[in-house]
Amino acid sequence: MISQKGIIRLSVILGIIFWSLFTIVDLMALFSELNGIAFGIPPFVSNALLTLFIISLILFYRFNIGQAESVNFVDLLWRVFVSGLIATVVTLCIEFFFTIFASSKVGSNTLVINFLYHVNIGLVIAFLVSTFIVWKRLILYQKNKSLLATWQLYEYALIGTLVFDLFSHNYQDPAFLTVYAILVLIGLYLSFNLKWIAYLNFKQKWRSILFVLLVIIYIWYFFKTLMFFSEKVQLVRDLLDSVFILSLITFIIIYCVIALLVILFNLPTTSVFEKKLEEAVNFQRLSQSIPAGESEEKVYEILLDSSVSAVYSEAAWLQISDPNKNVEITLTHNLDKELIPVISKAVNNSRFKKILNSDFERNPKSLKISANLKEVNFRSILQFPVTVKGEKIGVLALLKEVNDGFNKEMIDIIDTFVNQASISVENFRLLNEAIINERYKEELKIANRVQNKLLPDRLEPCAAYDIHALSQAADEVGGDYYDVYQLDEERTALIIGDVSGKGTSAAFHMAQMKGVFQSLVQLDLDPKEFLVHANNALSRCLESTSFITVSFFVIDSKTKQITFARAGHCPSLYYCAETGETKYFKNRGLGLGILRNFNFHKYVQVNEFTYQAKDVLVLYTDGITEACNDKKEQFGYDRLQSALTKHADQSPATIQQGIIDDLYEFCGKESLNDDYTLLIVKFN
Amino acid sequence: MIKIDNHISDDPAYYQLSIGGEVDASSSIHLEEGLKDAMAASKKIIVDLTELEYISSAGLGVFMSIIQDLENKDIKFVIYGMEPKVFEVFEILGLNQLITIKENKDQALEAIK
Repeated sequence: MISQKGIIRLSVILGIIFWSLFTIVDLMALFSELNGIAFGIPPFVSNALLTLFIISLILFYRFNIGQAESVNFVDLLWRVFVSGLIATVVTLCIEFFFTIFASSKVGSNTLVINFLYHVNIGLVIAFLVSTFIVWKRLILYQKNKSLLATWQLYEYALIGTLVFDLFSHNYQDPAFLTVYAILVLIGLYLSFNLKWIAYLNFKQKWRSILFVLLVIIYIWYFFKTLMFFSEKVQLVRDLLDSVFILSLITFIIIYCVIALLVILFNLPTTSVFEKKLEEAVNFQRLSQSIPAGESEEKVYEILLDSSVSAVYSEAAWLQISDPNKNVEITLTHNLDKELIPVISKAVNNSRFKKILNSDFERNPKSLKISANLKEVNFRSILQFPVTVKGEKIGVLALLKEVNDGFNKEMIDIIDTFVNQASISVENFRLLNEAIINERYKEELKIANRVQNKLLPDRLEPCAAYDIHALSQAADEVGGDYYDVYQLDEERTALIIGDVSGKGTSAAFHMAQMKGVFQSLVQLDLDPKEFLVHANNALSRCLESTSFITVSFFVIDSKTKQITFARAGHCPSLYYCAETGETKYFKNRGLGLGILRNFNFHKYVQVNEFTYQAKDVLVLYTDGITEACNDKKEQFGYDRLQSALTKHADQSPATIQQGIIDDLYEFCGKESLNDDYTLLIVKFN
Repeated sequence: MIKIDNHISDDPAYYQLSIGGEVDASSSIHLEEGLKDAMAASKKIIVDLTELEYISSAGLGVFMSIIQDLENKDIKFVIYGMEPKVFEVFEILGLNQLITIKENKDQALEAIK
């Protein structure tokens, strides 16, 4: 396909060629006629060349003006003006030429006159076609389907007349007149499409009037010139015998006249239309969400500016005071801030005060007031509350120097503006809250990662036992803790703990527990001393309502002895492989941090037993035993016991998975709502 | 949900606090308020836990936190009427060693005399 530029260039070249050929053929015909020689080429050929010339012009302007990006109407009219100006200047030159050589031989030579006439024809047609294309764009502005169909009909009919023109007709011919009449009627119908005028501002309207007037003057002038030629000498062709040209001229003139009248009558109401447009723009500005990084103040500024210009108020203020969000703003327009209390007092004293709220939304704290004032520089005031989420956060007040300065339309506009501003501020605040929440979530994710590091990442099996653990927090972070420490080649310390409560506070205490364990375990204390020291340390760290329950074990692989103490933690479960029985170690104990004095040691009981190969020790937190099903029954100690008995001959990982499977099967839930930990030790 | 009721008797003089329902991390605040009120009002407090279905570690934490206070202010404090399941929770933590626990109201009143 040829590009748009290519088409424009091609149409220019073709236009010049066709015009030259058309001129040459016509002049040759004239010459042979003058000299009485029989001319071989029929008049049909010259008509065809003129038609081709016109088609080239239509093509050129269609792509040059018709497709131009700009939809500035004044720009379009400017193009018409320029092409008309060129045509006029050239025509004037020709006229000047005739004035100079009026008496000479050159000036009265028929051939010369006809040549110049052809030049004129070319320029006038170019002007007419360009104007036609511009009119097309103007008419089709905001087009609909039926308008487009009518226009296409008109355009095809007009181009059709070019074919009609191929066969020379006289303008008195009935067929000529019929075609002409039909085209004029359609043209008249189309000429009432003037929507573009509404979008011109005051200045643009005046310029449009000027340009349209000039178009009329041009056409009148060209018409006069063409008439002058046809009167002056014998012409080989008369342009006015073409339906196409006549219809075009008539259509352009009709449109000019109608447009001129419409623009003129629209002039007085322009300011109203502009105002409405400005309101729409302001409304749009208010409704745009505030970009991140900007403050609410932007919205308040736009609200004040828009409101002032929407109701032509002489002065105004906007006072925002929202202690919740720490926002204190006072914006004024043409007003000293010190006058605000004075005027507010005058509003309270006003005897001509109207409350604009409808009855059902009347709230004495946020009244919309329109009042006439006394004793201040302003005679009337319109006062609106600014509310966010139903809470009044400020007041917008508009002032005028005349009584009753605010009518119903103005009040409605201000109402809309204030509402929109409230929505914008509300959205802005919601967005900020969402961002903060997002950040908290991120923080919790970090906390979750950090806490996972507090638990041993893997438990190494050793000669004495094989071990496996699982810990799951209900929230991002939890209060369950377990750890292992190799005291020496034979002995291992093992701890499981559960902080009261759950969530972030539990997680902090869990971290403290880890610190206490890692410090004290180095001292190689026996379980009782370990717990007493841990209680002492934690008593100074924990919140008054927090405590930590732990079970502490020391496993000796050499003697196969296990020494342990329980500080309020769930009793550990033990499976004896020899008898196939399971039992809980219910020795006495007290949670750490409960008794914050030196009596704690009285409540610690140390037990000792000997393990054998394939025995299983199960350490867990209350998240396991207290997990509930839909009937609010707890999983409980008995079910845990039977679950262990069922899986005890497996490896620690399998036992753990088996117990967890049984647990979930019992609860019938996707996740439990408490932290839980399960640690399985199987002895070798 | 937690249910809290109080009843003040003049003769014999005691303050009775009844706790029912479930005490978890969020409702433990109400338990704490109830206990603080009781401690401010009387030197003889009995707490009826007959209706208590479940108490979480946060709830136990509230009981634990007042132990020292009770001793300092010389307040006689007895809880009673717990279901075995609830009692077990107190027992495992060891709170039964620090707080007087009775089976019924009569025993409780006897204990605070």
